[in-house]
Amino acid sequence: MLAVQLAALLGGESGNAGAGAEEALALLDGFDDALVHGLARLADERADAVAALAAAFAATPLGDRLAEAADAVVSGSITQEHLTALAGGRVALSGAVHDALLEGLDTALGRERAEWPPTPGDPQTAGGTGAHPAAQPAAQPAAQPAAQLDGQPVAQPSTQPSTQPPAQPAGNVLGGVRSWLRELAITGWRGVDHDLVSAADQVIEALLAVPELRRLAVLLDGFAAELRASCPIGSVEHLPVRRWADLWTRALLLSQDGVLTGDPTGEPRPAAMVSGRLLVLGVDVHEHGTAVQFQMHAVLEPADGGTSRLVRTSVTVAKVDTIVGTALWKLPQRHKVLLAALADRRSIEIADVPLLDSGDLVWHDDRAFVSKPADPLATARLCLPGALAPAVPPLDRAPVRIAEPVLVEGYKVTKDGSFDLGGTLLAVDTERLPDCGPLTPKLVAASSACVGLMRWDGGRWTLQPLAVQAKVKREAVVVATGDWALGPTDPKAAKAEARAADAVAVLQERAGRLLRR
Amino acid sequence: MTDRSPNGSPNGASAWARHSRLRVVPPVQPRKLAKVPFVELADGRLQGVVSSGSDIGRVYVSSIAAGTHNYNCSTNNNRPCGGLYGSPCKHLRALVAEAVVQYGADRVSRYLRVEVPEGAEPADCLGGVHEPAPAAVVFSRFLRHLAYLEVPDTTLPIPELHWFPATGTVG
Ligand SMILES: [Zn+2]
Repeated sequence: MLAVQLAALLGGESGNAGAGAEEALALLDGFDDALVHGLARLADERADAVAALAAAFAATPLGDRLAEAADAVVSGSITQEHLTALAGGRVALSGAVHDALLEGLDTALGRERAEWPPTPGDPQTAGGTGAHPAAQPAAQPAAQPAAQLDGQPVAQPSTQPSTQPPAQPAGNVLGGVRSWLRELAITGWRGVDHDLVSAADQVIEALLAVPELRRLAVLLDGFAAELRASCPIGSVEHLPVRRWADLWTRALLLSQDGVLTGDPTGEPRPAAMVSGRLLVLGVDVHEHGTAVQFQMHAVLEPADGGTSRLVRTSVTVAKVDTIVGTALWKLPQRHKVLLAALADRRSIEIADVPLLDSGDLVWHDDRAFVSKPADPLATARLCLPGALAPAVPPLDRAPVRIAEPVLVEGYKVTKDGSFDLGGTLLAVDTERLPDCGPLTPKLVAASSACVGLMRWDGGRWTLQPLAVQAKVKREAVVVATGDWALGPTDPKAAKAEARAADAVAVLQERAGRLLRR
Repeated sequence: MTDRSPNGSPNGASAWARHSRLRVVPPVQPRKLAKVPFVELADGRLQGVVSSGSDIGRVYVSSIAAGTHNYNCSTNNNRPCGGLYGSPCKHLRALVAEAVVQYGADRVSRYLRVEVPEGAEPADCLGGVHEPAPAAVVFSRFLRHLAYLEVPDTTLPIPELHWFPATGTVG
């Protein structure tokens, strides 16, 4: 990313997402505040915020149902359908913000992005319906996909029974999820107690048993753990208001019949099979108490010589809270090629691997082998420009999913750790360096070049480093988050890992002895 | 640098309210799990499972209630622990010690609502009495905990995990 590109990205209006997005965020905040206190007993101004959310969609297909839902909130007769409508409205708003942000970033970077392919037999998803939420006059590129979502079964599950598969083995489980989410919304975060949180346990256990509901299981498990850890919430001073509203909305969306279970194969979107060379840019690590996702960003050079593409490939493993730090890398052990490529900084040759329209390669370790050495900074320098970025699935249009790889160099590190790029400051998110890797804030501060992910949260852009080139004792070194994929190479970290003994092995032994009695 | 802890900066509170990517539950510290494989602060108790020193097939379920500090220890089959002679047994002491490693003394004391004078150990400041409590609930939570290790991994993307960033130790 050049100084002029950064200046173009950050030079815009407040929040860098445009005035329309600002308006959308304000509506979002009003609704989120209502969830703090619960929809059952809303003071007038909070009911007004819900009504404002509904009013923003007055001229859209969602309009009537949202207006009805807002009335139900006032009269205290909220049904499941009302909540689904409100969640649909909130999803459309944050989707619009997402689109405005990504559009701004792509424009600044000159990055070309693939179009989301239309769903066969669903004309509404192909071109938008022109039903723009009134709230985003300035976010035109955003409004269209937002309207697309309005026209999809995701927002209107109850009105399109014909698109549902006949059998819903997961139906009962999903019903349980929706009831729990309804209780939460009616009670509000302030009213959540141990009993309400514990009521989610059984639901989550049932979700985990259904592979196609894994996304929802992982989401609810992380969410419930936060509520549990914050109990009793009534007396907690500061609440993660937007975050919990995000998680609640998302869970409600994913728990609609047909959203995750719509495809009988359980696979999202039809995939192309691809072969070629994968050049690794870095690995992003996501983690809560019972799950960790290693998400590798890479450039795919197709074997047939076509346009190279930006892709992501992920492995998610279930875990428990006491498995942390470098021990996390022991969990995805069966993906040996992936781990070796990360640890040894090599490119990977792949053959016939499914590529989803979302740009996600569905990893198959037996269809990959480790190839030549490849430095992530060199990859970013040479292969990132010109690589085609993937489309974003309509369901995943949320600002937090924006994680665009960029190369930044020629900066000065300021006192507070930001990168000064030709006079424009880029905040660097050194809190997001995973402790399973060797990259530290100190190394980032000593760096001269950085491959990272552009992210947007809390009203501003930040850079989340994945790999840096830095001077350590006058020697230029490259340090990346995935360097310890095969175990820590630093003696101090190796010692710490040995001290903690083998948490994974101990728990597996206990599981073997106690679980099957 | 960014600061998203609610109390860490002048505008920390508003940052906490308006951010989506946060680590709300602080990560626990690594510890040796052989003796006390399971510890949690849940349902108003510090509770967990302690492996028997003599029989590798047997475990003890130990718990201490927040506020009252009343305690219990029994086998997972509800047989009372023989070490409870009017004071906490070695299993309960091990439970508290490991909880302090895992969560830090502050978080444990806050949860149990115990005043710990400087230099003292939380385990020595608990004033409760033995009060029978069913072990089954805690034991089944432990089994559920172990069952996570048997959930198969997946290579399909989970976009929802973008809300749950890994964080590093500040250094
Ligand atoms: Zn005992």
